Order: sequence, then C-alpha cells, then structure tokens
Amino acid sequence: MAQTITQKILSRAANRKFVDAGENVWLNVDVLLTHDVCGPPTFDIFNHEFGAGAKVWDPEKVVVLPDHYIFTSNEHARRNIDLLRKFAAEQHLPNYYDVGTERYKGVCHVALAEEGFNVPGTVLFGTDSHTCTSGAFGMFGSGIGNTDAAFILGTGKLWEKVPESMKFTFDGVMPEYLMAKDLILQILGDIGTDGATYRALEFDGEAIHSLPMEERMTLTNMAIEAGGMSGIIAVDEVTEAFVKARTSKPYEIFHSDPDARYHSVHRYDVSKLEPVVAKPHSPDNLATVRSVEGTPITKSYIGSCTGGKLTDFRMAAKILYGQKVAITTNIVPATVQVAAGLDSETHEGKTLREIFVESGCNIALPSCAACLGGPSDTFGRSVDRDVVVSTTNRNFPGRMGSKQAEVYLASPLTAAASAITGKLTDPRDFL
Amino acid sequence: MESIIQGKAFVLGKNIDTDQIIPAEHLVYSLSDPEEVKLYGKYALSGVPPAQAGLPEGNIPFVSEGSFKSDYSVIIAAENFGCGSSREHAPFALQVAGAKAIVAESYARIFYRNCVDGGFVIPYETAEHLTEFVKTGDEVKIDIAANTLENLTTGNTYSLNPLGDVFDIVEAGGIFAYARKENLMERTDS
Repeated sequence: MAQTITQKILSRAANRKFVDAGENVWLNVDVLLTHDVCGPPTFDIFNHEFGAGAKVWDPEKVVVLPDHYIFTSNEHARRNIDLLRKFAAEQHLPNYYDVGTERYKGVCHVALAEEGFNVPGTVLFGTDSHTCTSGAFGMFGSGIGNTDAAFILGTGKLWEKVPESMKFTFDGVMPEYLMAKDLILQILGDIGTDGATYRALEFDGEAIHSLPMEERMTLTNMAIEAGGMSGIIAVDEVTEAFVKARTSKPYEIFHSDPDARYHSVHRYDVSKLEPVVAKPHSPDNLATVRSVEGTPITKSYIGSCTGGKLTDFRMAAKILYGQKVAITTNIVPATVQVAAGLDSETHEGKTLREIFVESGCNIALPSCAACLGGPSDTFGRSVDRDVVVSTTNRNFPGRMGSKQAEVYLASPLTAAASAITGKLTDPRDFL
Repeated sequence: MESIIQGKAFVLGKNIDTDQIIPAEHLVYSLSDPEEVKLYGKYALSGVPPAQAGLPEGNIPFVSEGSFKSDYSVIIAAENFGCGSSREHAPFALQVAGAKAIVAESYARIFYRNCVDGGFVIPYETAEHLTEFVKTGDEVKIDIAANTLENLTTGNTYSLNPLGDVFDIVEAGGIFAYARKENLMERTDS
C-alpha cells in the first residue's frame, strides 16, 4: 500500500508495515522535549502517577531546554528553573541545558537542530506546540500537553491518530525579497487557522529544496498555526549535510510514494508570490505588504523559533546595513549559537551585531522573550497600544504582552524594512 | 463519571486560542500547590477581548472580579476552540474555574488531547451552531448517555457528536486512569 512520508515514519514507530490515516496507533517515541513552562508540571504528573522512585524510560531520550522565562526576576518563573534542575539531577538526565551555565542553549526548537537531536525518520514529541519545527528534518515532530508528556516519560509510548497529509508544492526560484515566512503566511491565509487540524503539512518543490535548513524550519514551525499535527520536508543533501555535521546517530530516510493518498494538493509558483503580513489578530489574516504599507507601527521585533535564526538576522542585516531605525527595534537571537553568529557573520565587512547596533537596534540575550508576552519584566514585551511588526508566529490578542496591542506577523526582511521607516514597508523598497 | 452535566452556559465565538484561555504571564504558577492553583481559576478566559466574552451581549467576565470560581459550568463556542500553544494550563484553568464541559463546533488537536488525557473538561463537538441558540446565562443540561444538550431556558434540545474512541478515556478520568484499567502501565511502588 502506498504511504506518505509521515505514514512511513509512524509505521516504523508503531512496528508496523503500514498505518492508515485516521487509525489510532501506539508509537515508540525517540525523543521527548520539554522546557521551563511545561517541564515542572510534567514532572509533577510523572512523579504522582508512576510513584516515588520511578525512573524515566530512557534518560538519553529526554531533552530539557529551558527557554521561555529565563531573564526575569519573577520568582515563580525562577522556581520553575529550580524544579527542572532538581528533576534532571534526580533522574540523571544528560540532556539538560541549565540556565546560567555554559550549557544554556536558548529556544528549544532551534537548539534541538543545533545539538543534533533532529534525526531523519524519528518521532519527537514535545510539550510545546512548535515542536512541529523539527519536521524540516524528514522526521515526525508534534506538540503535546503535560499529561501526555508524563505518560511518555514513564512508558516511552504515546497513542496518536495517524494524520492525513496535505501537500504544498512550491515551484520556481525564490526571489530575493521573499522568505519562507511569506510562504507559510500565504498558506495560512489560504487555508485558515483550522485548515489543517489533525493533519500533516508536507512541503515539497524546487523552491523548498533550494532553502537552507533554517528557512525550512520556519515553514514547518508554523504548521501548528493551521492546526497541523506536524509539518514535514523530505530529506535531501542539504538536510544530510546539516545532520551529519551535528550527530553520528544513524538515520533512516523516507519518501512519500508517488501514489500516496493526500487530503489535498496545493501548488504555488514562488515567482508570483509577494511579501505578506498576517494582520491582527490571527495568523491567517493575510494581506500583501503593499496593500497595508504606510500603516504606522511602534516596534519591530526580530526573534523567536520562527524568526530568530541566523538566516533571519542575515536577511535583516542586509536591509539595516547603513540605515537608522525609526522605532524601537528588538533583536532576539534564538540561541547562544545564533548570538555567536551575530559576531562571526559579516555583511559588507561588518559583523551582523555591528550593523544592528549602528542602526540603533536593541540586542537581547537568547530566549523566547516577548514572543509570548511573559512576565512583566520580559525584554521587548508590548505595552499599551503598541503596534508591532514581528517575525514571531502568533498575533492573537495579548500574545506579545499588552491586551490592547496589535501585532503584524512578517518576514525578517519586512520587519527590518518597516523598522527603518516606522511604517509597514515592502522590503523591495530597500533591496 | 456524572451522567448529567447541568449549569449555566458561557458563550464564546470562534478561534478561542490558549493565550485567551490563560495568558502566558500566568503560566508560572504551580499546578499542584492548592493556593496557587486557585489563580488559574481567577484568570481563566481572562485574555478574551471583553466585547467577545459572554456572547451575544459581550462584556461578561467568565470569572467575576475578585473571584476564583466561575458561575458558568458549560462553555459554548464555535470552530477551532483551543488553538495555539500546547499549554495544558488551558483546560486545567477552565476546570479549576468550575467548567465541566465545552461544546464547540471543532477543536485544535493539542487542546482536545489535553482535555481528554488530563481528564479536565469534556470536549464535546457538535454540528449545530449552538452559539446562535444559546445565550450566556442560559441554563443547559448535557445528557452524556444520550449525547444531547438541552437549553432549559428555551426548551430546545440539540445533538452532540458521540465522543467515539475517546469515550473510554473520558469515562476513566484521563489517560493514566485508563492505562491502569487496561493494564498499559505499571507503578514502581505498587
């Protein structure tokens, strides 16, 4: 029977030859990811349900990356870090990346890739909805709650409904003014925030396979914004080079069969697409930047698992080079490695960090920061009636802090161009 | 598990995301300390823009100022309830506030799983556009065996989709209770 790449990966994890869309199957989990917001309650449930002295199913397969509320004086948030530390020590978890130490990494989805935890053909669950990001590596990645995560901690297994797949093919050569963010916002506008509920989004086509891994991760990252269980891109030589440079774990490559069944197939020609935004207050509220250009904004925010990777800053620096920002512009590298890249990467003889500092941007330490608002002292948190152009993933009411604020989701190119003018601006004006 | 859920309805629109259900700044409280847990009740649905809270009139808080419990035990909503983040704090907050069931036209996957596997609130789906037929404050009655919701204020009855595969987990009270019943897991100290 023909299968999609997702069916093949789930078949492997269920020890089956074939699994059909819609079937509930028990999966053997390869990696469980958690962080400081959902780790502590997950560990609580684990201890409560499995009893005193219970051990996690496989310490090597549990990855704990604190990233949400790191640089805050909020006592409850700090307590959560203490709880992670305690559990990691009790359970001898080798993959705990403690805050305030050299091991600290930053935003979990980006760090997973950097540290070699993304392995093609495997199954990852994480207590974060953007766990789908890892699907860029030809693997299954999906978000779950604390109870499900606690169940995995004790058993290494979880039930899941095999998703139907929706295929999105992007033909053509990516123009310099477009980024993966524009592609995924376009999809969201076309199918809506529940357009892929309980399904897998499979991305394919010449334009997709021309993208570096970080850009592919932007696409799979926002699969959840369409309600998707996962997003996936088949492995190619770009993936293999990235993975091999970071891990020696063996991996298995799967491809969709040519006659595999899809819920639907969607085709785009990238040469016909334009820079876009998602207007307040929903990621599917699509508009071309041209149609809203001139809208006054108060802040520009470039960061998060979606838009805080090195590629994102490389693009932003191209626009900001030799320019001055007109509004508060916050640069939040996702990880320590990305932050180091701001110093090692150059454009026209200047480091990215120099370009951002000279243009008047604020640069923060790596964490999730204001992507999800957070405690009141969070860097970059929106206040009052802020109008923010942001490279993050959600613009729900109150998402970045203030309940009165408005957020326009955009690519790093658009966020950088808009920072210079203080108005929503098409990046083509600066390229 | 109760066979009847009866109480006042609280009506919301579509795409109620988890940031509206429990804003991220509140995710720092303990989910096991009894005093801190109350705060989840206090802030449940506090992120819903006031005009869209308690439809059709709006501007009705789910939990009144200074209180930790809601007067409403059944939430009625349109499509895509619980979209957004994976935070299990969302269905937990609704339960702490006193909600017993949600009746929506559809759910986001992670929220739905969390409701069922955590045993917090029962997530019913319905093909009916109940947001047109139920007003915030109406007294409603869910008959679990019959899969119906009766609006006692208007006297009309509507059908709910059967819970299907997940009924056994809901009935057991969550994935752990279910797994124990089905001998799918062991405790180290039992």
